[in-house]
Amino acid sequence: MPLLWELDSESFHLSFISNSQCMKLDSKIPEGPLEDKWRNYQVKSQLINPSNKKKLNVIVVGSGLSGAGAASTLAELGYDVKCFCYQDSARRAHSVAAQGGVNAAKNYQHDGDSVFRMFYDTLKGGDFRSREANTYRLAELSAPLIDHFVQQGVPFAREYGGTLDNRSFGGVQVQRTFYARGQTGQQLLLAAYSQLYKMVRTKKVEMFPRSEMLDLVVIDGKAKGIIVRDLVTGELKRYAADAVVLATGGYSRVFRLSTLAIGCNGSALWKAHKKGAFFGAPSFTQIHPTALPQSSEAQSKLTLMSESLRNDGRIWVPKEKGDTRSPNNIPEEQRDYYLERRYPSFGNLAPRDIASRAAKERIDAGYGIGKLKNAVYLDFKHAIEKFGLNTVKDRYGNLFNMYNKITGIDAYKEPMQISPAAHFSMGGLWVDYELMTTIPGLYAVGECNFSDHGANRLGANSLLQASVDGYFILPNTINNYLATELKEEHPSTDHPAFEKAEKETKENIDRILSINGTKTVDHFHRELGKVMWQECAMSRNKAGLEKAITQIKEIRNSFWSDVKVTGTHTEMNTELEKALRLADFIELGILMCTDALEREESCGAHFREEYQTEEGEAMRKDEKFAYVSAWEYDQGDFRLHKEVLEFEFVNPSVRSYK
Amino acid sequence: MKVTFKIWRQDGPHAQGNIRDYVVEGLNEDMSFLEALDHLNELLVLKNEKVIAYEYDCREGICGQCGVFINGRAHGPHDNITTCQLHMRSFNDGDTIVVEPWRAASFPVVKDLIVDRSAFDRIIEQGAFITAKTGTAPEANSIPISKEVADRAMDAAACIGCGACVAACKNSSAALFTSAKINHLNSLPQGKAEEHKRTAEMTFQMEMEGFGSCTFTGACEVECPESISITNIAEMNARILKSKLLR
Ligand SMILES: Cc1cc2nc3c(=O)[nH]c(=O)nc-3n(C[C@H](O)[C@H](O)[C@H](O)COP(=O)(O)OP(=O)(O)OC[C@H]3O[C@@H](n4cnc5c(N)ncnc54)[C@H](O)[C@@H]3O)c2cc1C
Ligand code: FES
Repeated sequence: MPLLWELDSESFHLSFISNSQCMKLDSKIPEGPLEDKWRNYQVKSQLINPSNKKKLNVIVVGSGLSGAGAASTLAELGYDVKCFCYQDSARRAHSVAAQGGVNAAKNYQHDGDSVFRMFYDTLKGGDFRSREANTYRLAELSAPLIDHFVQQGVPFAREYGGTLDNRSFGGVQVQRTFYARGQTGQQLLLAAYSQLYKMVRTKKVEMFPRSEMLDLVVIDGKAKGIIVRDLVTGELKRYAADAVVLATGGYSRVFRLSTLAIGCNGSALWKAHKKGAFFGAPSFTQIHPTALPQSSEAQSKLTLMSESLRNDGRIWVPKEKGDTRSPNNIPEEQRDYYLERRYPSFGNLAPRDIASRAAKERIDAGYGIGKLKNAVYLDFKHAIEKFGLNTVKDRYGNLFNMYNKITGIDAYKEPMQISPAAHFSMGGLWVDYELMTTIPGLYAVGECNFSDHGANRLGANSLLQASVDGYFILPNTINNYLATELKEEHPSTDHPAFEKAEKETKENIDRILSINGTKTVDHFHRELGKVMWQECAMSRNKAGLEKAITQIKEIRNSFWSDVKVTGTHTEMNTELEKALRLADFIELGILMCTDALEREESCGAHFREEYQTEEGEAMRKDEKFAYVSAWEYDQGDFRLHKEVLEFEFVNPSVRSYK
Repeated sequence: MKVTFKIWRQDGPHAQGNIRDYVVEGLNEDMSFLEALDHLNELLVLKNEKVIAYEYDCREGICGQCGVFINGRAHGPHDNITTCQLHMRSFNDGDTIVVEPWRAASFPVVKDLIVDRSAFDRIIEQGAFITAKTGTAPEANSIPISKEVADRAMDAAACIGCGACVAACKNSSAALFTSAKINHLNSLPQGKAEEHKRTAEMTFQMEMEGFGSCTFTGACEVECPESISITNIAEMNARILKSKLLR
């Protein structure tokens, strides 16, 4: 195995964590050295011959990078695929909004990058709360993914000589990020969408837009189908398949204000969780340091300003509290470039969790700027002086335009105002090495699973993860399960399990519509968002989390007794859609707080105030908490299972970006 | 801030629609236009009325799902932005704001302000892809692409598929949308093998969907949130000719 400086190859075992509860969790990590595991897995996994593949159906819920990648590739392999999304077209999945880029260990910049280094950066970035084998595979498959997208026509940024260009992202010291202007996610998603429609044309994929999954159907313990609401007619429909893949993206809209799209939801996951899928590390949420600050109560969304801006932008606040001068009038010596001050070797490129917490620290201490004193400056003055206006325009032009459209401010002339915002769910359905959940036949890919990012995701690693899950991993692992299903009868939508699931879904809808209370859905979502942001975001503590659980339970009670949704269920009803999503978010919020409460340590984005060093840095407790929490739903309550993380190849170090 | 919204209400594709008036108070200029509609919808719920159906998802100008006619212009009074990027500071206290769905035969109304743009997906289905299977790609840097070519491909590829170009065009032409995609793929070496087939089949589908023909008024370019240039259309026309000769 490759050896790297600061690493100790001695294996590191954690035998103290009680293993007794781990019976049900088999992570299925293949044998062998890290760099051989994926190959060993593929050599041993079952194959299905082409004529048999035709007989197998797969449902893919979601058409983002992970869903579209999985659906098109499974169809290319010969499976019959049905793909669902709630938007009016697959092209609008929220992957479209990713700006900054996608990482790959190509070492094109000749700056010492390698698969091993990328693996290590990712594991360390995640504060050693992810599985070594998965994280290594992510890095290993990154280079072929760039090849894939170039082949599919993604217009990545190029050098004058025609080779691919790279930029840096937070938390690493090499340049491994590939990008397409400030619209990388859009370009990758459009490539995936094109490939999906190529397979729609061959009739191997049937696409169902404006369709929302409202329940999972489990027959004899295996995932066999879904219940979907047709968002145009309101009709509930049943779909059966030999396997179900969830690719429904992140659930950070639980905070209401976030960088996610308004329709992003946790419902598919939540319904699967209630049917037996364990939820992994639900509380691990990334708060992004560079979003636009909230400006009013009515705000529905916080727009992200790509982290790539931190390559050339410098973050600061005035040294004096409550300084109301315009930023251009504050001289250099009166500015506090607090990231450069606290983290000299990474400076403005410190990882996200650290940068967000540092901003919160300054804002809470009274140094915040802007109308609501809830922001910090991101300044390009020095970059423009150093590289010239044109270079800065070339690199970030569309981000500056976007900033201007939303705020009316010209950021070439004065610094941007930015603020932390809920952004990414590291948590998600617990999956094994094959990306299968604890329900046989149910897979989770992309942001909706808990897999590679541990307690904090590195920038530009999740377009990668979503794509690699969908294109490369799932199509290689699903055979292993489907091979055994070949002998089984195909599920029928007349099965009583379908009837029951549809009936329960219908009853749930009827119940919401019949409450006829006095408050809107948005009212309750704002309430939930406030509690979650206050107690379960950048910093958490025991008392706060306990209080939050009580408060969310109260919100749940008043939602179910006092919400008002007009219209009927047999028509397009956008208010009903929101209500159904919120009902699930409320329950998910309780689980997130429960998870955050249980983890009595600080790691990555999970910062428990009780566990910090004197300098305010996170204090990890490997002896007790080097595990992934996997929660089982138990009649309204949750039971914890632990997947103990064994570090065979690296020694978990204390994360330092100083 | 107080405004009067005049909003198109239509129950379904075959129902009769009409404009209804809503006087809304309590708005402020930091609100986005869609947040003002959200606010109106909350008021409607509390008055026991059905909410107005309108579309959005990302609310940051990239998914292309939003899009309505505002005071007679696609995406409102400014050039080159999406509806979700429009803010109430663009209006004055006391203004009347007329809001209608995209008007185009190929985009039938689904409900209120929501239209069906699946015709775009069907154009894409006819060749906006490179026929290569996952797992068959050569090393990315083995085919150099000059920065100029990559940048031009990116300019065209930036289309968000919102349909403002169609809505702004007096002929409801989809030429800007279709040409942008064709030019993106045809200008890259990876897309060359299928260039003529792609051009012929996508433009054929565009006609089959009932979109009108382009008469170069340039109205689309002004409303396009990504400022996609109409020179794309001229380039496509040249490609159509070539595809007829060379296919
Ligand atoms: C603003 C922003 C910027 C980002 N920038 C970067 C970046 O620069 N680099 C990076 O690597 N990562 C970035 N990320 C993260 C990354 O974009 C996402 O993690 C990734 O794209 C998720 O892909 P996905 O396929 O898992 O989900 P998505 O793309 O969100 O797709 C989810 C799909 O599921 C469907 N769906 C959801 N619920 C249901 C349901 N109940 N029924 C039916 N369908 C459903 C949706 O319709 C959609 O098709 C960014 C994220 C955000 C929000
Ligand atoms: S809501 Fe996505 S572009 Fe407007």
